[in-house]
Amino acid sequence: MIRLKDVEKEYENGTYALRGISLTIEDGEFVFLVGPSGSGKSTIIKLLTGEILPTAGRVVVNGFSLTKISDRQIPLLRRSIGVIFQDFRLIEKKTVYENLSFAMRAVGASPRTIRSRIPYVLELVGLEEKADQYPHELSGGEQQRVAIARALVNNPYTIIADEPTGNLDPARSLEIMRLLNRINELGTTVVIVTHERDLVNRFHKRVVLLEAGQITGDGIGYDAR
Amino acid sequence: MRHDFGYFMREGVGNLFSHGFMSFAAIGITVACLLIMGTFSLVAYNAEKLLETLQSEYEILAFVDEGYNDAQTKAVGEALKKLPNVKAVEFITREEAMEAFEERTLDDYMRAHIEPDMFRDRYAVYVNDLNTVNQTAKAVHDADGVDDVRVDEDIAGGFILVRNVAGAVSLTLIAILLVVSVFIISNTIRLTTFDRRDEIAVMKMVGATNWFIRWPFVYEGFLLGLLSSVIAFGLQWLVYATVAKSIAAADTLQFLRTVPFAEIWRPVALSFGAAGVVIGVGGSLTAIRKFLQV
Ligand SMILES: Nc1ncnc2c1ncn2[C@@H]1O[C@H](COP(=O)(O)OP(=O)(O)OP(=O)(O)O)[C@@H](O)[C@H]1O
Ligand SMILES: [Mg+2]
Repeated sequence: MIRLKDVEKEYENGTYALRGISLTIEDGEFVFLVGPSGSGKSTIIKLLTGEILPTAGRVVVNGFSLTKISDRQIPLLRRSIGVIFQDFRLIEKKTVYENLSFAMRAVGASPRTIRSRIPYVLELVGLEEKADQYPHELSGGEQQRVAIARALVNNPYTIIADEPTGNLDPARSLEIMRLLNRINELGTTVVIVTHERDLVNRFHKRVVLLEAGQITGDGIGYDAR
Repeated sequence: MRHDFGYFMREGVGNLFSHGFMSFAAIGITVACLLIMGTFSLVAYNAEKLLETLQSEYEILAFVDEGYNDAQTKAVGEALKKLPNVKAVEFITREEAMEAFEERTLDDYMRAHIEPDMFRDRYAVYVNDLNTVNQTAKAVHDADGVDDVRVDEDIAGGFILVRNVAGAVSLTLIAILLVVSVFIISNTIRLTTFDRRDEIAVMKMVGATNWFIRWPFVYEGFLLGLLSSVIAFGLQWLVYATVAKSIAAADTLQFLRTVPFAEIWRPVALSFGAAGVVIGVGGSLTAIRKFLQV
C-alpha cells in the first residue's frame, strides 16, 4: 500500500514541486498519474523510491515510512518496488538474460532461483526468443518489455512506471499498457505516470490528476473526473 | 545476506581487466613507490645494524696519569664506570697495549724496537649510545686521574648521520608515497566506477545493499595492491642482493657489512604485503566513498 499524507516538497533551489499531496493507493490497484509537465509527477515517483525526502508530510510505501527510514532499510524498500523509466535503463553490454540475472544477483538470489524465474518472466513479457540478444538489437518496445521483466523479476509488490511509453509509437505504447494491465491482474499494484490522454482513456482505470503540485482530480477515467 | 566471495572476486578481476592499461599503470606506479619506500627503509635498517655493531666495538681510550699507583688506577676505573652512558670499562696494561700494537703493525723495524714504556696504562671505555659519545668522552677526560683520551668521533658521527637521515627520509617518503599510491589506485577505481555507473544505478534501483555494490571495487583495489607488493618484493630482493654483492666486492666498502636478504625476507615480505593491501583497499575505499549515500 502507498500512502501520502500532506506531502510537500521544496527542492534545494526553492522550487516548490508538491504543495500538500494526500493520496492512498491500495494493494492491487491500477492507477494512472497524469498532469501537465512540471506538475510534480516525477517528484512523487522519486519520493516513493526513497531517492528524495519530503520537506513535510508523511510517505508510507509497502510498510516503510519514508520519513523515518534508515539507510539500511532503503534497499529493502526498493526490493518491494519495481521501477520502469522512459529511457529503459538497460545495461548495453549485457544480454536480455544477463540484464535480468544481474538484477536478481544484486539482491542475493541463488543461481537456482535465477534459472527458474527468468524464463517465466520472459514468457510473461513475450520475449522468450530474445533472451540472448543485446538491448541494441531490440526495438524500443522490446527494450521496454525487458525493463518491465527486470522490474518484475524480483517479484515486487508494486510496479512504478514513469512515462513508460514516452519513447514508443502508439501501437507499442498500447502493447506496453496492456502488458502492465495483465501484470496488475496477476496481483501486482501498478502506478503509471503518463502524458497520453488517449491511451489512458482506453482503460477504465483510476486516474489521479496533478496540477502545479496539487491533486485536482481523482476518479475513474481521464475525462470523467 | 552472505558474503558471495566468488562473485565479488570475479567482478573485481573483471574490473581489473576492463581497464587493463590503467591497472597496469597503477600497478607500475605503486611498485615504484613501494620500491622507494623499501629501499630507504632497508638503508636505514642496515645503517642501524652497522651502528649497533660499531657501538659495541667503539671505545674511548682513557690514559691513566703516569704518577698513579695500582690502587689509584683502580679507583679511576671505578669512577669511569659510574659515568653516564658508560656500558663497561676494561683495564689495559701497557704490556697488553704493546702486544696489541705489535699485532696490528706490519713494520718489522718498529716491532723490534718498541718497549712497554712507550705505552701507558689505559682504560677502554665502552658506551651504550653513540649519539652522545662526545659528552661521554668529555666526561671521561674530566675525570680525576685521566691524562688524555682518544676517540674516533668521525666514523661514529658519519654513521649516526647516515642512520638519522635515512630514517627521517624513509619516514617522510613513506608518508608521501603512501598518499601518492593511494591516490593512484583510487583514481583507477574511480574510473571503473564511472565505467560501471549504469550497473551501479541498476543495482541501487533494484535494492542492492551498499556493500554489495562496493565489494567488487574493494577486491579490485585489494588485487591491485597485492599484485604491486608481490612485484615490488621480487624487485626489492633483486636490487638488494645486487647492491649487497657489489658492496662486498668493493675494496673500499669492506667495512660496510650488509644484512643478508635471506635473514630479513620475512619481515620485508610482510611489510610489502601489508603496505600493498593498505594502499589498495585504502584507494578503493577513497574511490567509493561517494557511494556511501543511497
Ligand atoms: N532536482 C530538482 N531540483 C530542483 N527542481 C526540480 C528538480 N526536479 C524537478 N524540479 C522541479 O520540480 C517541478 C516538478 O518537477 P517534476 O519532474 O516532478 O515534473 P513532472 O510532472 O514529472 O514533469 P514532466 O511531465 O515534464 O516529466 C518542476 O518545476 C521542476 O522544474
Ligand atoms: Mg517527469
